[in-house]
Amino acid sequence: MEIKSTKNGTELTVCPIGRLETVTAPDLQAFIEENISGVTDLTFDLKELKYLSSAGLRVLMSAQKIMNKQGEMRLCNVNEDIMDILDMTGLTDVFEIEE
Amino acid sequence: MEEINLDPVATDFYKVSDFVAGILESLDCPAKIQTKMDIAIDEIFGNIVKYSGAKSISVRAGAESSGIFSLSFIDDGKPYNPLNAPTPSINADFEDRPIGGLGIFIVKKTVDDVFYEYKDGHNYLTIKKKL
Repeated sequence: MEIKSTKNGTELTVCPIGRLETVTAPDLQAFIEENISGVTDLTFDLKELKYLSSAGLRVLMSAQKIMNKQGEMRLCNVNEDIMDILDMTGLTDVFEIEE
Repeated sequence: MEEINLDPVATDFYKVSDFVAGILESLDCPAKIQTKMDIAIDEIFGNIVKYSGAKSISVRAGAESSGIFSLSFIDDGKPYNPLNAPTPSINADFEDRPIGGLGIFIVKKTVDDVFYEYKDGHNYLTIKKKL
């Protein structure tokens, strides 16, 4: 999948594009593993993400577990379909979600 | 019912997705339901590819009477009833929560009915959604 990102010191913004599912989630996971070291502020900007499945949730959850140890993480531009999935899996209170 | 035959490779998810999208469009199904079905397809097809050891997978889809959309996954892998998977504890403390086990839970929450049956050496998993 195409992943846009910007890094400013220890702040990283990641913008995955398209659908985050079984086929594409490993690409995002690999990107995070390569880039998360030293990051204290991680933002997933989901404005160009159509939807995610549990494979995508796993990537976000594992990133959250890492960021709980080294800084802060948030999601922004979460569309209604993605919010539905976060809601049904009890993750709306786990992630900081920016309006 | 229409049918498509697939190989047990992860990228064949896109073939199933396109196949089902074509049928749903012909039924004037709202985009929101199409997205929900796509997610359910990813959960089910992804699990079959990853865990079943199936050599062949087929998918049957179509509308039944009274506006119910039916989608069946048939594979020749190990007998496995995903409906018996434990329900994830979504209210547990996040640090104690495993990051997996959410797939079939999402399917159950997303569609109206899920049925499983093993017969003639094949797993049959059928989901139904009111359009």
